[in-house]
Amino acid sequence: MAQYKMHLLVCGGTGCRASQSEQIVENLKSEIKNLGLENDAQVVTTGCFGFCEKGPIVKIIPDNTFYTQVKPEDCAEIVTEHVLKGRKVNRLLYEDPETLKHIEDSKHMGFYQKQLRIALRNCGFIDPENIDEYIARDGYAAIGKIITEMTPEAAIDIMKKSGLRGRGGGGFPTGLKWEIASKNKADQKYVVCNADEGDPGAFMDRSILEGDPHSVIEAMAICGYCIGATKGIVYIRAEYPLAIKRLKVAARQARAYGLLGEKILGTDFDFDIELRYGAGAFVCGEETALIHSMEGHRGEPTVKPPFPAEKGYLGKPTNVNNVETFANVPAIFLKGAEWFASIGTEKSKGTKVFALAGKINNVGLIEVPMGITLREVIFEIGGGIKDGKKFKAVQTGGPSGGCLTEKHLDTPIDFDNLIAAGSMMGSGGMIVMDEDDCMVSVAKFYLEFTVEESCGKCAPCRIGNKRLHEILEKICGGKGVEEDIEYLKNLSRVIKDTSLCGLGQTSPNPVLSTIEHFYDEYLAHVKERICPAGSCKALKLYTIISDKCTGCTACVRACPVDAITGEKRQPHVIDADKCIRCGACYDKCKFTAIHVQ
Amino acid sequence: MSNLKLQECHLKTIDEVCDSYKNDPGDLIKILHKAQTAFGYLPESVQREIAKRLKISVAKVYGVVTFYSFFTMTPKGKHAISVCMGTACYVRGAEKVVDEFKEHLKIKVGGVTEDGKFSLDCLRCVGACGLAPVVLIGEKVYGRVEPSQVKEILDSYTD
Repeated sequence: MAQYKMHLLVCGGTGCRASQSEQIVENLKSEIKNLGLENDAQVVTTGCFGFCEKGPIVKIIPDNTFYTQVKPEDCAEIVTEHVLKGRKVNRLLYEDPETLKHIEDSKHMGFYQKQLRIALRNCGFIDPENIDEYIARDGYAAIGKIITEMTPEAAIDIMKKSGLRGRGGGGFPTGLKWEIASKNKADQKYVVCNADEGDPGAFMDRSILEGDPHSVIEAMAICGYCIGATKGIVYIRAEYPLAIKRLKVAARQARAYGLLGEKILGTDFDFDIELRYGAGAFVCGEETALIHSMEGHRGEPTVKPPFPAEKGYLGKPTNVNNVETFANVPAIFLKGAEWFASIGTEKSKGTKVFALAGKINNVGLIEVPMGITLREVIFEIGGGIKDGKKFKAVQTGGPSGGCLTEKHLDTPIDFDNLIAAGSMMGSGGMIVMDEDDCMVSVAKFYLEFTVEESCGKCAPCRIGNKRLHEILEKICGGKGVEEDIEYLKNLSRVIKDTSLCGLGQTSPNPVLSTIEHFYDEYLAHVKERICPAGSCKALKLYTIISDKCTGCTACVRACPVDAITGEKRQPHVIDADKCIRCGACYDKCKFTAIHVQ
Repeated sequence: MSNLKLQECHLKTIDEVCDSYKNDPGDLIKILHKAQTAFGYLPESVQREIAKRLKISVAKVYGVVTFYSFFTMTPKGKHAISVCMGTACYVRGAEKVVDEFKEHLKIKVGGVTEDGKFSLDCLRCVGACGLAPVVLIGEKVYGRVEPSQVKEILDSYTD
């Protein structure tokens, strides 16, 4: 292998590819060739760096220079200045939003300082389409050690001691899950990787599969050895074409190296994987629904027990784990259960990957130790709220979760604390909201999602959620009454108690948690008929501030319903009864004379 | 919902798709994926032919097609517009972007323009939350879309 002095890592994740990162790779390569530097510098397409807000990212090692928002036309300068002359291109360096100084390398960026990367250890570091790079980072060393030196029982014991809990949402202890599956006797068992990431705003599983597919394959093989399965299936969303492609490439390479297939590493252990595609159904994240979908049926859940560990895919014992859970496994075996258990809180060990999104400065993917506070995540890693606005709430756990507010900012984040706070870990989506977001509309948004995604098998979920959505729509439309709030609460409890699967049992959570934390906001909608955040269209009240109005008549001409009257060069007035709250006058006024309440 | 009158060549395609999975009903979803790639959508006639080959009821095939949002029974426009309505895009104003598309194209979400040039859909999270709000037209990704840019984007599709 050639020895390069410098590596230029270019993010090849979905986000950065959408902003021309492939063209950047091409340009860097050709510039390097033009200057005859092919033997000194190598361009590598990697997985996601996590700092999606400032993509596309180009990172240069060994000095960890971190260039942000690179454009294809910047490549010539990067190569001639940095690669050839050793001078950093200052204008592309990340600028600290507080000090406004350029930061020389990624280690000094607030975004990375508090992070601890275990599941994402290789993302943004290796070429995911090259198995040698994974092996160079101790890849497949764990499976080698386990199948040649350990009994399945001993390996399961390590998993149990590590304290790893399922990262897909439920938080079930992974070691225990494997033990149950291993004890059930059958002629065939299955290992399933749940990559049907349906939580809107969460993209950690996709990033892991795009950035480090081998770690998931290795972990599935380890699981197969532990529970006695020879077949693995990755159930992946068809909407993730890049992840699918990289998984296929990785599996092919692993087979060629004897790391998948028959007699792995010369032992008697056989294991191989295949891919199944999801077709866009949120409920398929639920284990039993996922298994039905893999069998070619509608993805409807069934009552547990029997659990998949007893009767799963094709009626055989099946162990289902999520992508992020699997990505942790090889690291646990390489560094030891004690190491893993030393990270995190008492009952939640290790780290968690979160997808930070919404009204936050640094949108992206982060991995932090369990027990970190929300304040550290939002204000230190996330760089605070966009445009200097005020923090209002953060939604965790997606459509099944709830919102956390200012008073939770110093709560250590782990599985149990989030549940105690009325939310949940979920798959790790964190949507940050500011003062302009109406919490009633947010609840309505989630219900809209649940109504669409409900499979319709059980009545509480199919009909109940629809009713919840209707009431929320009524409130946002300015037609709610005070009793509606109590009705929402009661109906929510009934849906939670009587639904068949996790989807219905958790779908009212966004409603309950917004009512709990933002009761006044609901009240303002139904009693005073105003939306305090100013987001519900039907509840906006437009008035003209007479001191500021110059009588230019721009608003009169913009108003589609002739609701504005007044003499030329005299202050105008809006007739609230005629006004349809379209906001056209507000957009047209050059003197900020229109007030919106 | 529009049906398709199947020609000889269509039947051959369905044969090939089903044969490639040995007519196994367990692979129904994979077969539907492949058929939709070939036809662009899954009209009733195609579903009937698939059911026949897999020896399962048409109801079963229809049940699966209508269950998953990825499958569609209406053909898409020449340029399929999908506006991401994931939570991240939603809080950054995706709804206003959808409204703008609806107004310019004079169609609802799920509809196709009369000339068949554009279709409009919403989808749940493409995972490019850093670029929110995101719009996909065909394979092309538009990031940080403002409602005021919608007209310009549409005008760039001249064919």
